[in-house]
Amino acid sequence: MAEARRIPAPAVNVEGQPFWDAAAQGRFLIKRCGACGEPHWYPRAICPFCFSEDTAWEESAGEGVIYTFSVMRRNTPAPYAIGYVTLDEGVSLLTNFVDCDLDGLTIGQRVKLKWTPTEGGPPVFTFTPA
Amino acid sequence: MTIRDKAYIAGVFEHPTRDAPELSTAQIHAQCAKGALADAGLSKDDVDGYFCAGDAPGFGALSMVDYMGLKVRHLDSTETGGSSYILHVGHAAEAIAAGKCQVALVTLAGRPRQMRRGGGGGRPGGGPIGGGFSDVPEAGFENIWGGTTHNMYGLCAMRHMHEFGTTSEQLAWIKVAASHHAQWNEHAMLREVVTVDDVLASPIIADPLHRLDCCVITDGGGAVVVTTPEIARSLKRPLVRIIGAGEAPKGPSGGRNLDLTYSGAVWSGPPAFAEAGVKPADIKYASIYDSFTITVLMQIEDLGFCEKGKGGAFVADGNLISGVGKLPFNADGGGLCNNHPTNRGGITKVIEAVRQARGEAHPKVQVPGCDLVIAHGTGGLLGARHGAATLIMERL
Repeated sequence: MAEARRIPAPAVNVEGQPFWDAAAQGRFLIKRCGACGEPHWYPRAICPFCFSEDTAWEESAGEGVIYTFSVMRRNTPAPYAIGYVTLDEGVSLLTNFVDCDLDGLTIGQRVKLKWTPTEGGPPVFTFTPA
Repeated sequence: MTIRDKAYIAGVFEHPTRDAPELSTAQIHAQCAKGALADAGLSKDDVDGYFCAGDAPGFGALSMVDYMGLKVRHLDSTETGGSSYILHVGHAAEAIAAGKCQVALVTLAGRPRQMRRGGGGGRPGGGPIGGGFSDVPEAGFENIWGGTTHNMYGLCAMRHMHEFGTTSEQLAWIKVAASHHAQWNEHAMLREVVTVDDVLASPIIADPLHRLDCCVITDGGGAVVVTTPEIARSLKRPLVRIIGAGEAPKGPSGGRNLDLTYSGAVWSGPPAFAEAGVKPADIKYASIYDSFTITVLMQIEDLGFCEKGKGGAFVADGNLISGVGKLPFNADGGGLCNNHPTNRGGITKVIEAVRQARGEAHPKVQVPGCDLVIAHGTGGLLGARHGAATLIMERL
């Protein structure tokens, strides 16, 4: 089991504020466009697919599969795994994999959301094997 | 050629806000884009050229193109302060006149009143990495995960291996080839010839990349002078003319259909080859940006030197070594062994390609009859947002 990486507080702007407010309550939100129906990540006020400003927050179960990952092994106090998860909703996001054997991670592995505290900010959406 | 009567203003939009506590900087850029496109009667899918200056948050054009979901073939982020956008319209006219784009979008946005209140407006050139306020739209969602150049390229290598069976041994051949060239370069940072085993024996930095899969860090620099055919002919130097160029950004694009096994070269390469009127198989020498071995492998595939997914077999067994293989690459030793000044290897790619085209490279690495060369690069992060640029040159 890898030592947890200390994660800095995320930078929050006005557009992402609702996401982080929900995160503080343990709710994981993604954005979906009311015009074209497509979800997207990272959350934007304007749909990157059809340019509609009719985008709405929706709660995600935070489940998906590892698209790719890389374990950082040098110039770090302890190794950590960064990677992309493809959520069951179909969008992929950058994250860290925690509470796992870093040498046991595989592409295609199912993972689920696990909130990880940050240094002075809201918790962040890390993932762990399902 | 002149820009006169080659380009027209189709749409304009001035954002009505004068105080925008509820809008992000990227959002204001996008709303302005939407307004100007609506004024023109065009959609965002018509845009194929994007222009912005230092007010664009994050990685400038790369961040904004990705935020807005644009698919462009021409980019310009020339920064001259408040005059940038007037200059951009001139540059847009040049690009349109040259056929580099057909619908150019210029945007400006900012929130200095919010910055003054401590609400932040985002610093030109990027906000704080992880923590505090940043108006870089992707910052809060991406800059917290310990992303480095190493692991953001490692992500691509891991996926490439997963999908195509590419191996660390195959990647190592790229470094081996570079080292064979660097031994003849008296200025190279690393001149020792290495083997596949040497690469594999070097420590893993970020899976699956070993230390010897990574480029060097060097101080230094470079410069290029471009001129007219008439002036070039008046000079006492070999004639190396530019016959094709292409450019393209690539990003996670809203997270849909993420595919990290290819780079923006799939879009920058074809227009460059088409403009040049040549095929990948015609190229005699290739400068291919080598921040990491995986960068080279993906770009070689994406430029069409081999089939997608077959790059591993293509680079193996010395196929990139000058005098040995079919595609002599980075004959100066490249970023992997020679030089990567200020972590930006694009200019050294152009310089060695010109040396090769002039026949002025080291005799041990000079490609005979080298009259057609390519310089191609990837900047930014291959595993997130990056810009690709392709340049094809011919020796007359």
